[in-house]
Amino acid sequence: MADGSIGLWTVPLAVLGGAIRVSTPFLFVSLGECITERSGRINLGLEGTLVMGAMSAYGISYLTGSPWLGVLAAGITGALLGALHAGICSLPRVNDVAVGIALMLFGTGLAFYLGKPLIEPTAPRLPAIDFGWWSDIPQVRAALRINVLFLIGVVLAPILYWAFRTTRWGLLIRTAGESSDAARAMGHSVLLIRLRATMVGGFLAGIGGSFLSLFYPGSWNEGLSSGQGITAVALVIFARWDPLLCLWASLAFGGAAALGPALQSVGVTSGYHLFNAAPYILTLAIMIITCSPKRTLTGAPAELSITR
Amino acid sequence: MTAEAADSTDAVGTVAPAADPGFLQRHGGTIEYVLIPGAALVGALAVFGIFVAMFGKNPFDLYFYMYYGAFGTWFSWQNTLTRAAPLILTALCTALPAQLGMVIIGGEGALLIGALSATSAALALQGLPPFVVQVAMVCAGVIGGGLWIMLSGGLRQYRGVNETISSLLLVYIALAILNHLVEGLMRDPASLNKPSTREIGAANMIGSIPGTDVHWGLVFGLIAAIASYILIYHTVFGFAARVAGGNIRAAKIVGLGVSKLILTVCFLAGGAAGLAGMVEVAAVQGRTNANLAAGYGFTGILVAFLARQNPLAIIPVAILLGGISASGGLLQRRLGLPDASVLVLQGIIFVFVLASDALYGRIGFLKGKS
Repeated sequence: MADGSIGLWTVPLAVLGGAIRVSTPFLFVSLGECITERSGRINLGLEGTLVMGAMSAYGISYLTGSPWLGVLAAGITGALLGALHAGICSLPRVNDVAVGIALMLFGTGLAFYLGKPLIEPTAPRLPAIDFGWWSDIPQVRAALRINVLFLIGVVLAPILYWAFRTTRWGLLIRTAGESSDAARAMGHSVLLIRLRATMVGGFLAGIGGSFLSLFYPGSWNEGLSSGQGITAVALVIFARWDPLLCLWASLAFGGAAALGPALQSVGVTSGYHLFNAAPYILTLAIMIITCSPKRTLTGAPAELSITR
Repeated sequence: MTAEAADSTDAVGTVAPAADPGFLQRHGGTIEYVLIPGAALVGALAVFGIFVAMFGKNPFDLYFYMYYGAFGTWFSWQNTLTRAAPLILTALCTALPAQLGMVIIGGEGALLIGALSATSAALALQGLPPFVVQVAMVCAGVIGGGLWIMLSGGLRQYRGVNETISSLLLVYIALAILNHLVEGLMRDPASLNKPSTREIGAANMIGSIPGTDVHWGLVFGLIAAIASYILIYHTVFGFAARVAGGNIRAAKIVGLGVSKLILTVCFLAGGAAGLAGMVEVAAVQGRTNANLAAGYGFTGILVAFLARQNPLAIIPVAILLGGISASGGLLQRRLGLPDASVLVLQGIIFVFVLASDALYGRIGFLKGKS
């Protein structure tokens, strides 16, 4: 088996590797959206934030030569878009779902506009840590080349879980999400809490975007994200607004998204496009199974417009 | 708007025409619906002007070329109207379910499925008289697109799945199905670089309105918009839909069949977008390939929101946004702006229009109280 020809084992290995590699943007967007939705607001614009993050990370990495500055720039861009979302939503009678759709179109359009000169040049990428040094099989080594951002995301999920339960700001976000009246009675500004939560959510989604352009697939082009952002928003719903479940769901999604390329690598090419749609079909299927018209979802923030 | 008109009967607007002091009371709401989106549009154009000025372009050149490329010549008018046709139809895909309080943003998916169904119908019926083929294409496009959005509506009604997210996911699934079929089962072996289906045949194309280069799809769009308006505002069905949209519990208490309403409205909405797909195949592309995913479905969402989900208002708004996208080519050639500048402008307009929702009922002189 060590001679490198491992036959059909390539598929589960590539799916595993893909689960780790492809899941990172899902993970960051879903954790960010989790924070935003827990505060009682939904930001559907994270698809646009993801693409803007990817573009600005690539641009800054190219200009400064430091991919980590690119990651930071992506986060800041995301936070600014989050602030824009929260700012418009804080006006009276403005629907947060509609603003999200608008920012989805705005973010992708702006990224394509500003990113036009970035399609040609090559920017420095993020480094990866080789966890597969013990193996001689190239596929195993490839699957275990793990990016630091993935590890950060994996650590962030339990931290958020803990923070929602025990810290002061976690409690404040949940109060704003469950009952804005209660938060107001406690003397807190609900709009301010949601502004911060949306900005943090945008920051994380921007970082998720930087992973797309700086690690995998690792270049900037206009077809970089096709719905990962919106899939991650749906993912939060069936992860029941729980950061730990977001982590597992992201891994499952990464695996599903890697299925198409994995099958292609062993010569199964007929259903390539259908396998590429696997994450969307999976999302829809899980939403169909887990949602119910009779009751609101367990764990759903009561103030969230999308579940009412 | 009726509430404002009612509570302002005590005061007469100082700026109301002297001959008709009640003018603003009666039409204040309508004026508001024109004035506020109009102001949002002007604001968005101003911000876009500043945006391009930051890249060293003259914003007044920009406005001139936008006007010239959209409405300046007969040629640009025809280009604008050709683009407005699918926008009217995809905007209905968002505007009709909005009457029921649903936010459907999957018009692009219904357009693709409609195009695929219409092409399949035409290819299956080769050799029959063109009129028969065209009617079959319309039916196939409407049914294909209709069922696609009805799926979203059904999932919402029977499984409680959020229709906004499901309809968007269905866009990506529709695109995958389209790519799968045009690269496999339905592929024309002669299409090497751009996988496509076989051509539907020149005889089966729906052609142009006599005297113009604008295809008949525009007429389809106008008919669909007017029919939707009549359906929503002048029929019992439309009244029931608006009641259910206003208060779903009240609708159930008075015995309205909410499930049937939702499924029918979603079918009609998807049917409109599917018809847009049929029109793009039968009047522009002549076949199905990935070119069809040109973003008409997404621009249609903006059209619907800018028109405040009113099917009649969709017509001028679609022409306006069709004009903006028609001027994109000229902006690229004369000002060297990237093709994505149209997307940026659309995004800015969308943001402004939504933010302007906060202004309704707050403009003093329209209430006659200033």
